[in-house]
Amino acid sequence: MIWNSASDFFAMGGYGLYVWGSFGVCAVAFLVEPLLIAKRHKDIVRTLRRQVVAEKLEMENK
Amino acid sequence: MSNRLINWFKFASPATFYPLAGKMIPLFWVLAALFGGVGLWLSFFVAPTDATQGEGYRIIFIHVPTSWMSMFIYMVMAAWAAMGLSLNARLSSMMAQALAPTGALMAFLSLWTGAFWGKPMWGTWWVWDARLTSELILFFLYLGFMALQASIDDPRRADKAGAIVALVGVVNVPIIYFSVKWWNTLHQGASVSINKSPSMAMTMLWGMLLMALCLWMYSIAMALTRVRAIILERESHTDWVKQLSEVKP
Repeated sequence: MIWNSASDFFAMGGYGLYVWGSFGVCAVAFLVEPLLIAKRHKDIVRTLRRQVVAEKLEMENK
Repeated sequence: MSNRLINWFKFASPATFYPLAGKMIPLFWVLAALFGGVGLWLSFFVAPTDATQGEGYRIIFIHVPTSWMSMFIYMVMAAWAAMGLSLNARLSSMMAQALAPTGALMAFLSLWTGAFWGKPMWGTWWVWDARLTSELILFFLYLGFMALQASIDDPRRADKAGAIVALVGVVNVPIIYFSVKWWNTLHQGASVSINKSPSMAMTMLWGMLLMALCLWMYSIAMALTRVRAIILERESHTDWVKQLSEVKP
């Protein structure tokens, strides 16, 4: 085992800020990107649903 | 034989590709988690401390994969864009469009992790070095591609204009790759190359490769997820989209 303790692990031999600054930002990015795409998908599906309902109403009123 | 050809072309239709992509996405997520799990374990618990850089070198396990992906995604994006341009296939252009934001993210993360590695080792966050500058240009190429496509209202014209930019920008990828050879740079040479054995411990190499595979699978999952949203946006006038169970009221 390389690390003697958890704090040893987080300290990264004095490079903690740099190692966790790199990995942390990447982790956040890889969590946020799928959420943004999911929102984009949800938005277009909502728009499409409204469109379908609107078309249906138009047909019924004719 | 001819039957096989037809089957492949069938997937060039957004209506066929949309459900297929939906089925493939979970598979790539599982693979990304698998490679990422083992990769991180190797990176932090198995790979030994570096003799000169101590634990700071562990940034390599995310820096090199993001840098590789930023270049690789650009090549794939340009290939899809070229296919969209030459075959006039709209799904190909949508794929190019779906890859750009993920590629831009990888380029950004490559620069970000590079800065966080440069500060402790070189004493500076940034230097106008050939490798760093050409990677920054790659980031701007992605942004330019996305901005240009977004600024043209007609999607097919946007595809064509974007494809030209993507193809012209391809010249930058070999410049990034060979920059450390062509110029005297502060950035170190290639960590892994085809014609010589890697200059690092096997566990380090495996950690890096697995992390790269993880990001590769992640990028595919992202591109497929995004292309599905793009398909719905751009095919919203078609009947098949209105017949989808998620759209039907």
